[in-house]
Amino acid sequence: MKSFEYTIKDEIGIHARPAGMLNKEAKKYSSAVTITRADNGKTADVKKLMMLLALGVKCNDTITVSAEGEDEEAAAAGLEEFFKANL
Amino acid sequence: MEKVTGQKILNGIAIGKILYYVKAQGNAEKRTISDTEAEVARFEAAKETAQEQLQVIYEKALAEQGEETAQLFEVHSMLLDDDDYKDAILAKINEDKVNAEYAVAATGEEFAEMFASMEDEYFQARSADIKDISTRVVNVLSGVQDMSDLAEPCILVAVDLAPSETVQMDTSKLLAFVTKEGSTSSHTAILARNMGIPALIKTPIDESWNGKLGIVDGASQTLIIDPDEATLADYQAKQAKEQAEKALLQELKGKETVTKAGRHVKLFANIGSVADMEVAKRNDAEGIGLFRSEFLYLNSSDFPTEEEQFQAYKAVAEGMEGKQVVIRTLDLGADKQVDYFNLGNEANPALGYRAIRICLEQPEIFKTQLRALLRASAYGNIAIMYPMITSVEEVRDIKEIVAEVMAELDGEGVAYNKDVKQGIMIETPASVLISDLLAKEVDFFSMGTNDLTQYTLAVDRQNNKLDRFYKPHHEAIKRAIKMVCDNAHAAGIWAGICGELGADPEMTEFFLTCGVDELSVASGMILPLRKKIRESEIG
Repeated sequence: MKSFEYTIKDEIGIHARPAGMLNKEAKKYSSAVTITRADNGKTADVKKLMMLLALGVKCNDTITVSAEGEDEEAAAAGLEEFFKANL
Repeated sequence: MEKVTGQKILNGIAIGKILYYVKAQGNAEKRTISDTEAEVARFEAAKETAQEQLQVIYEKALAEQGEETAQLFEVHSMLLDDDDYKDAILAKINEDKVNAEYAVAATGEEFAEMFASMEDEYFQARSADIKDISTRVVNVLSGVQDMSDLAEPCILVAVDLAPSETVQMDTSKLLAFVTKEGSTSSHTAILARNMGIPALIKTPIDESWNGKLGIVDGASQTLIIDPDEATLADYQAKQAKEQAEKALLQELKGKETVTKAGRHVKLFANIGSVADMEVAKRNDAEGIGLFRSEFLYLNSSDFPTEEEQFQAYKAVAEGMEGKQVVIRTLDLGADKQVDYFNLGNEANPALGYRAIRICLEQPEIFKTQLRALLRASAYGNIAIMYPMITSVEEVRDIKEIVAEVMAELDGEGVAYNKDVKQGIMIETPASVLISDLLAKEVDFFSMGTNDLTQYTLAVDRQNNKLDRFYKPHHEAIKRAIKMVCDNAHAAGIWAGICGELGADPEMTEFFLTCGVDELSVASGMILPLRKKIRESEIG
């Protein structure tokens, strides 16, 4: 499993638009991708948009993004870049 | 006439016929079915149609409102593809043997409920998106057409508006929105802002208003139904004024402030907080001519820290994107008192311990502010201005303190603009009379005409009984302004006006003949003055 930590900078958090983009990005990889909130330990599957939104990640929240599967290296690297650019 | 109040999204006045909008709502009553396979196929087909509709809306939104709004409909389409959502619907059809309409509506409710129970207002508002996509599928399943040709310009009154509904409307016919529900982060609110039309949310509504004349007034957060003649005339006049201002903005925004004979004048804004800067920018301020730093002290129960001040100055320096920002050092005392300064009672506070006098007597307070100002000077075009100057010695004392602070910053390796411009307020008769000497010491003058008038005419501004003696157009004031401009120009520096007189359109011609280089005024006066200056023949 490959994972990284990230602190959200977007004012609203993982809101509808970036959640949609993130969901699309994650679906490019075969690995399972999850986000876990550091403050309450809740986890959501990034490939499930409803649950990703319902995780309610806000600005300044720290999250752990994990990828597990054949292309986990590429997935983690790709997603980290996505977060830096969009969230 | 009836009047209700709500919560405004945007200011502005709209007058027009009320359209009470009732949502298209397909029948989602629960029915038991036997052919689950056929029902699943109905759902799949309806979902596909819904997504095709969303694609059309996406393209319309992209063309009319930009990518940001458009992408929301792409997200809607993706939400319809969500596995959990789909699984829940299929489970209801397959296991509970219910019709697709009901399965979709019930699932939509469940997911909407999940969002509605979240803490954050933004995420709560997403329950409307879930309901919206579910309603769309139900409507396709039950053959209900949604939306809504607006036949004539109207004020739209509704319980709530889904983003897909507002985007499908002919927005050119929308005068205002009024909704019973909604939040400031709802898409309706965002769209109202994008379209720049007045909108009220959380407003009580009634179906019987349909077809009646209505007035939406954003500023007072009211909706008036069936206004009487006097009210209607009053609002028509207000609206005409508002439209004239808007037209002025359209006409003059981005235009140069220059007379017909080619003389340029800098039209700057006076601001009292970081938030005021946005208003200044909206009114096309060419810079900030007076940023009153007092708000940092007045809104605080103790001395504001260097960091707090730095953040505020930096925000304005960056926000103005390279345009000049003149920040006045603290101007407390007299009518502006703060407990923690312990300034004490004075018989003549206007002539007392105030402004630069406090700074020179308590240099530690002054140094904190100077450090914050200098540090912020690395982030934009900041100039520093000192109030209540009466002598050349004061200016030299200030410069000495500034030099000490700069040396400290150099020692710490902190970045700042070593060439930061420093100027003074001309607001005492003494500073007018020695403006030739002062001009050699500083980079600019800004005339504070309020205090200058009070001191020159010996009239207390706070005493209402003296109103007839307080004459800002007094010949003495005019001579003072002329003298200051002449002395400034002889020394090669600029002279501006940041007092209320600067915004007085009756004085504009006089200022131009004196050669005033800059006028710093309340944001709302910038464009009217630009118009006035552009019409002037003075060279």
